[in-house]
Amino acid sequence: MSSQAWINLAYLVAAMLFIVAFKLLSSPRTAVRGNYLGAAGMALAILAACFEPRLQEALAVRGIWPLVMLFLAGGLGAAIGATMALRYPMTGMPQMVALLNGFGGAASAFVAAAEIWSAQDPVAWSQFAIATAATGLIGAVTFWGSLVAFGKLEELPQFKKAWTDPNRHWINLGLALAAVLLFAGVCARPESVFLYVLLVLVGSLLGVTLTLPIGGADMPVVICLLNSYSGLAAAAAGFVIDNSVLVIAGSLVGASGLILTAIMCQAMNRSLVGVLFGGLGTTAVVSGDDVYAGKIKSASSEEIAMVLEGADRVVIVPGYGLAVAQAQHAVRELADALEKRGTTVEYAIHPVAGRMPGHMNVLLAEADIAYDKLREMDDINPTFPETDVAIVIGANDVVNPAARTDPKSPIAGMPILDVDKARTVVVVKRSLSPGFAGIPNPLFAADNTLMYFADGKKAILDLTAALGKS
Amino acid sequence: MITPLSLVPLFAEAASTEDPAARFIRLLTVFLLAMWVGFEVITKVPQRLHTPLTSGSNAISGITAVGALVSAGAVAAGFGFGNLLGLVAVVFAMVNVAGGFVVTHRMLQMFHPSKKTK
Repeated sequence: MSSQAWINLAYLVAAMLFIVAFKLLSSPRTAVRGNYLGAAGMALAILAACFEPRLQEALAVRGIWPLVMLFLAGGLGAAIGATMALRYPMTGMPQMVALLNGFGGAASAFVAAAEIWSAQDPVAWSQFAIATAATGLIGAVTFWGSLVAFGKLEELPQFKKAWTDPNRHWINLGLALAAVLLFAGVCARPESVFLYVLLVLVGSLLGVTLTLPIGGADMPVVICLLNSYSGLAAAAAGFVIDNSVLVIAGSLVGASGLILTAIMCQAMNRSLVGVLFGGLGTTAVVSGDDVYAGKIKSASSEEIAMVLEGADRVVIVPGYGLAVAQAQHAVRELADALEKRGTTVEYAIHPVAGRMPGHMNVLLAEADIAYDKLREMDDINPTFPETDVAIVIGANDVVNPAARTDPKSPIAGMPILDVDKARTVVVVKRSLSPGFAGIPNPLFAADNTLMYFADGKKAILDLTAALGKS
Repeated sequence: MITPLSLVPLFAEAASTEDPAARFIRLLTVFLLAMWVGFEVITKVPQRLHTPLTSGSNAISGITAVGALVSAGAVAAGFGFGNLLGLVAVVFAMVNVAGGFVVTHRMLQMFHPSKKTK
């Protein structure tokens, strides 16, 4: 058996390990093992790559130092990555994932750059030429898009406001056209490194201008999409260097990102095009005053504690506001206090609550809340009529009954958590300001709703204290 | 003679004699089948694991490290700018790989079921 056959066999095993890893990631009990298997597959693929003929040729001519150089570069990267991953606070996971994702996209673009630089007489419109152009473009969009996403999630001041210049569609259209032309240019003249560099530059600009206008609540979609892109870039790089393990792993990631994107869009009842180019409009909206006038009941922590005391079943509905207020530990304490009194406490998680897919699950897990108490929307919605108290913390649009009742509402048809069907609803909120959709929420004015106006964390601590006193 | 390895051609890396179009179709086959497997496997992941799934798949997209190693290390004809680009790719890809797996691990460590005894 030739050495190439052994290498290919190792790649095949690595690819299988990746598939099994994805499979095991579908249950909390096996997920840790899945992650180990993924890492093992990666280690195997990297080890096998060291025996690739092109590398062995270099080693035969130059001695050991190319390998030393690679080892140093790889070690440096791994050390940076691992340090970042260990140091970054758990609550910053969305931006951390975005940043790491960007590095993957950039790496693919650099692989294509290295290949086109070293290529001798590449053939126009060959697999090599087309794949190189695709890798450069997707990789650049991924890297810069991820950096902007990181900036937005980290809430850097430069990214506080979404870019809403009305000309942005024309700018994007122009850049997209330029990208198409340059793509064709690289395919037609793959010997020109200059065209490749131009293509990467335009791709970089596109990554920025496409991500800048996207608002905070749409970030889960963007994260999924960028994740998918980094996989597709790796797959395209596989076509550049004729390597099946890159193609397999890349397309697995590409598929995973696309599915999550679709799930997120569905959960917001919006099309992907709408998320990427629309932005929930500034279309004139019903003023909150008409909906809220005279109907808002504000309660004190003592009053709410009294309601909670009589409750057998409490459902907590977390939203992004909970992450901002860092109130997850306070929520755990409140839940512990309630459970000590014999109350059942569960959590209702909307699929797009937070800034990345599954954000709330990670956030509450960080506060040591068991995952089997976190229930998905379809699972918990039928139980709201038997719920004594629903506590909404930092969520707004995802509990807006207008999505169900008002066909003219901008969020009409969006799947929501039916908290309004609970006997009593407690809404913890700083003010009556609208959520991302910019519309008033009739839930706040409902007869069975008590508003508690305060910062999320302080509010929950106060409630726990009031509960302890009575 | 038919050996198990004669089944490997689907995954065989560029034999220099291979017709370019045939090679492209071979990789395209791999690409589409892997996409299909991806769709099938990922659809079953529950919402509560979406974040670890995103970061875990993110780590796997660092597979481009394999390409980076080959691009950076091929210096038989002398170290050129192409190798430097490859080295940058190695660093970036390894940041992605190591960071991705470590973050996923940290996240999964936090997930635990209710303790039976109260």
